[in-house]
Amino acid sequence: MSRDSASLVEAGVEAGLRPGLYSLRRRQPVEKLLDHGFRYLTMALAGLVATLLLGILLTVFSGAREAIAAFGARFLTSSAWDPVNEQYGAFTAIYGTLVSSLLALLIAVPLGVGTAIFITEDLIPQSLRDAIGLMVELLAAIPSVVLGLWAIFVMEPAIRPLLQLSHKLLGWTPFFASVPQGPGMAPAVVILVVMILPIITAIARDALNQVPIELRQGAYGVGTTRWGAIFSVILPAAISAIVGGVMLALGRAMGETMAVTMIIGNALNFSVSLLAPANTIASMLANQFGEADGIQVSALMYAALILMLLTFTVNVAAQWIVRRLSLRY
Amino acid sequence: MTYQTSGMPSNRPAAAGQSGRFDRGSLFFDPGLGRNRFNRLCTTISGLFATTAVLPLVLVLLYVLIQGGRLITPSLFTQLPPAPGMEGGGIGNAMLGTLLVTLIGSLLAIPIGVGGGIYLSEYDRQGWFSQVVRFSNDVLAGVPSIVSGVFVYGLIVSTRIFFGQSYSAMAGGIALAVLMLPTVIKTTDEGLKLVPQELRWGAFGVGASRFVTIMRVVLPAAFTPIATGVVLAIARAAGETAPLIFTALFSPFWPEGIFNPIASMSVLIYNFAIMPYAPQNQLAWAASFVLVMMILAANLLARWISRFTRS
Repeated sequence: MSRDSASLVEAGVEAGLRPGLYSLRRRQPVEKLLDHGFRYLTMALAGLVATLLLGILLTVFSGAREAIAAFGARFLTSSAWDPVNEQYGAFTAIYGTLVSSLLALLIAVPLGVGTAIFITEDLIPQSLRDAIGLMVELLAAIPSVVLGLWAIFVMEPAIRPLLQLSHKLLGWTPFFASVPQGPGMAPAVVILVVMILPIITAIARDALNQVPIELRQGAYGVGTTRWGAIFSVILPAAISAIVGGVMLALGRAMGETMAVTMIIGNALNFSVSLLAPANTIASMLANQFGEADGIQVSALMYAALILMLLTFTVNVAAQWIVRRLSLRY
Repeated sequence: MTYQTSGMPSNRPAAAGQSGRFDRGSLFFDPGLGRNRFNRLCTTISGLFATTAVLPLVLVLLYVLIQGGRLITPSLFTQLPPAPGMEGGGIGNAMLGTLLVTLIGSLLAIPIGVGGGIYLSEYDRQGWFSQVVRFSNDVLAGVPSIVSGVFVYGLIVSTRIFFGQSYSAMAGGIALAVLMLPTVIKTTDEGLKLVPQELRWGAFGVGASRFVTIMRVVLPAAFTPIATGVVLAIARAAGETAPLIFTALFSPFWPEGIFNPIASMSVLIYNFAIMPYAPQNQLAWAASFVLVMMILAANLLARWISRFTRS
């Protein structure tokens, strides 16, 4: 550095400039130290994120080791949850996690995408569309525990007659076999729909807004109707981002804890009926972790590990889909 | 024969009748056509879906306002919660606790998150290290909030790392920081990337070092998006319950320092909602009212900040 600046000065002299006319300031050691120090500090902070993720995995895994050794793969298929005899299996919770989130997705996807279309098309005035968009976004801001409170005291009593009707009409199928008596899988699915709807709507809305206007103009130009354009041009163009958003919502639904815990009934025994109390991994953790000791803690950590792997798979799949499915237009 | 591209609606049947050969291809809008019926059906359905999507927010807000709003009294903010089944009392300790735990979480997550975001955007945009960090950050954002609680329980609560204390406000704050961190990093990274490259060149051109450029030029230019993300992260953390129920636990007393269990509004709502006593349920509604108002206010604040984005 110093030789470079010296030669620069010489070059200046050769070019006919007097040496005193300009000066090249050398950076002070303190300044250099600060500059490099800051770089390494931020690098360490960034590295902390990766470390943190690894730390979470290791902590949960080491907590679960005892249970993994004791129960092995049987843990996934056994529905015994017996603290007295120290026999644990998470099938009920895994089944509940998957069924509740998939059912919620089944309802929330048409609702969310339909809403997103409604507020990206020019069917109603812009101000009204903005208002709907804002309200859906604010719904995402309501804490889960408040939604749970609302579900216990308002939503569940309100939909109970409907559930009873479904039991009366469809009670012969195993899925509606039990009499609805408050908390259960069905109200949990409803509250999950409320919770993931904003995610799906927001992502679908952004994806639809990013479809180039030329595609729409082309579709209208060849004489299609509005919904013809939506179904055969605009939705296919936006599908990768929408599917990615749906997968993100699935991950969120599987990990959702408080509202589900408060309304699902936290049943320890397995039931295939949607009207009966059930359990998810997250709600089982929320419910039992505080009072557990010994191998039960380890079994719960094992369940947490499974939940982490489930959400991890879904989230990575979401990123992969967004990258692979995106149409080139 | 001439096509009438713009005619009175009353002319339409006559025109359509005259041109027998063009019955199917008439240029006039025919509401009876299959595709037009389908169009109207779809519009109606999407309108209904949008109404359904808005309904839960309206209903939740309505109930929180009605059930919680009528319980707002000065003593709610200054008193401790009553013993189970007893009337009266307040949620003063829980409000203080929520503020304290969220503050601890913010103090941890914001410096780490902004610093990490600066590295990703300013020092190493495309390198393998940044790719690993970005991927980890995305995965971390998808980790369920309850798992963050389990992590802090395993790392801090069960090991009694802080002066032999198990459950503590500090542990709760750390669990919240784990949840806030991905949002803060992501918004910092993206916010800094939006700063035009010319600003950095300008700063380097007048002889500023990297550090000075970042601190005096780049960060101030990206203040708006970063502040928006940070406020949203804080608002989300303030309403979180799952990471707190077995880290910060709950306490019926006033906060006793950051190394003791502490009450928080979200855990209070959870505990009191599932109690079979009406007075406790009432307090849960009142706490919901205060919490929802705080969080909505923070969200509106974030929107207001984001309006200052330079175009």
